[in-house]
Formats: sequence, C-alpha cells, structure tokens
Amino acid sequence: MSAHQSCRHLLASLSEFVDGELDEKLCAEIERHLADCENCRIVIDSLEKTVSLYQTVSKTETVPDEVRERLFHRLKLDEFLES
Amino acid sequence: MSNRKTKEVFSLDALRAGDRAEFARLVETYYEMIYRLALKMLNDSQDAEDILQETFIKAYQHIRNFDGRSELSTWLYRIATNEALMQLRRKRPQTFSIENPEFSDEAEPEPVQIVDWCCLPEEELISAEAQARMDVAIEKLPASLRVVFVLRDIQGLSTRETGEVLDLSETAVKTRLSRARLRLREDLSSYYAERLGEENRP
Repeated sequence: MSAHQSCRHLLASLSEFVDGELDEKLCAEIERHLADCENCRIVIDSLEKTVSLYQTVSKTETVPDEVRERLFHRLKLDEFLES
Repeated sequence: MSNRKTKEVFSLDALRAGDRAEFARLVETYYEMIYRLALKMLNDSQDAEDILQETFIKAYQHIRNFDGRSELSTWLYRIATNEALMQLRRKRPQTFSIENPEFSDEAEPEPVQIVDWCCLPEEELISAEAQARMDVAIEKLPASLRVVFVLRDIQGLSTRETGEVLDLSETAVKTRLSRARLRLREDLSSYYAERLGEENRP
C-alpha cells in the first residue's frame, strides 16, 4: 500500500468511502487514486467483504427457544410465553 | 442491512403504568436483537443471557424515567450496551485499554495484508472455522471499537443512532468504526491468505 504517498493519506477515509458517506471532492480523489493503485483496490474490496461477511453470518444466527423461555420466566411473564 | 424490527409502536402510558401485557410485547419485539448484541460483545452465551435478562429487568424498573425523546429500541440498546461493557470490564479488563481512539493522534497502522481473497468460494469464506476466526477477531478489538462495530455494522444502526446509544459524536463513531473495520479486515485477510495459499498449493 505504501507505493504511493496518497495511500496513507486516504486510509482514514476508506471506511466512509465504502459507506458512500464521503463528500464529493474526497470521493472523486479516492476514485482517481483507485484507478491506478491496485493495492488500495484490494484493501477496499476486502474491507467491504469483511463487513458483508459479518452481516451474512449474523443473519443466520438464531436465538435458542430456551433463552426466550428463561427470560420470560425471570421477568415473571410466563403467562405470555405462548403468544 | 438491519436486524431490527420496523417501526415500533408501543403505548408508553401503558408501559409506564406497569402494564404487563404491553411489557411482554416489548420483550417479544426486542429480545432477539438484545441477545445478539450481547453475544457479539461478550462471545459467551451464558454472559449474553445474563445481559439480556438484566437489560429487561432494568427496563421494567426504569421505564417511568424514559422521556420518549429517543426511540425505545435506542433506549434498550443503551441499557444493554452499558451492561455488556460493565461485564467486560469485570471479566476482561484487558479489553479496556487506555486507548481513546478519536483523541489519539496516532494514525491507524498501514494495512499489511494486501491479498485479494474475495474470490474464495462462499462456503470457504463462511466455514465454521472461518466463523470462529471472525469471532476471535471481534474479541481482539478493544471494547471501545468493538461496541461501535457491533451496533453499526451488525445491528444495523445508523451513525446517528450509534452515537445516541453511546453518547458519542458522529465523528467519533465514524473514526472508531473505521479503525474497527480496518483491524478486522487485517485479521481476516491473514486468515484467508492462508486459505488461498493452501488452495493454490499443488
């Protein structure tokens, strides 16, 4: 990544860039930079992929029924368990 | 993306009056999101369950003080986050470094892992081993970064909502999120680079 001086300078903005929250000027600067910096393209792609993997995995995680039952019981809400 | 339910509609008057049916509805609506938050923060199902129960006990005790200025979900997140952070402080004080990311002049270390692993097949990217590695990577983050990543990227809160839950400015949320993501990227990249290396071995 250190091939260019600007890589370092842009690092702190990459996260906002992938969220599309960066102001237009900086966004254009990053896009220009990405056109000829393969390392930064890899960092951005893997940054986006990292976030999306965490999101994908968390969607498949279920909460065990017993956790809900124990919670309702602890809160003395057993009568509402069936609803 | 968001794990959250859509617009919440609860009778605050009923909740404040101690209406148990309305409180049960509140619990039903939000228990999964609170449990998931706690599980990601603590990576321990028993601890997560304790946080879940404590959160709703506190919510029931303090609902009279809820002023309605924020959404109920934000208020519940705030209680759960505080509980989770206290639990971490008790059990794993090493995750509380003196680091105060947004006040630190120290820049984030330059990425070391420059490997394009995005082409790995999906089943390899989310294998059981990979998921365990993802959990470890989150656990290695200091609590101040972990909580922002979990709220913002896993629970799907906006920058503003995350700031409200944690009493942080939006700039501080963005700085912490950026650092958390870069560290996780670095960690996962080193794992997937090994996988790629194995795949390409003759």
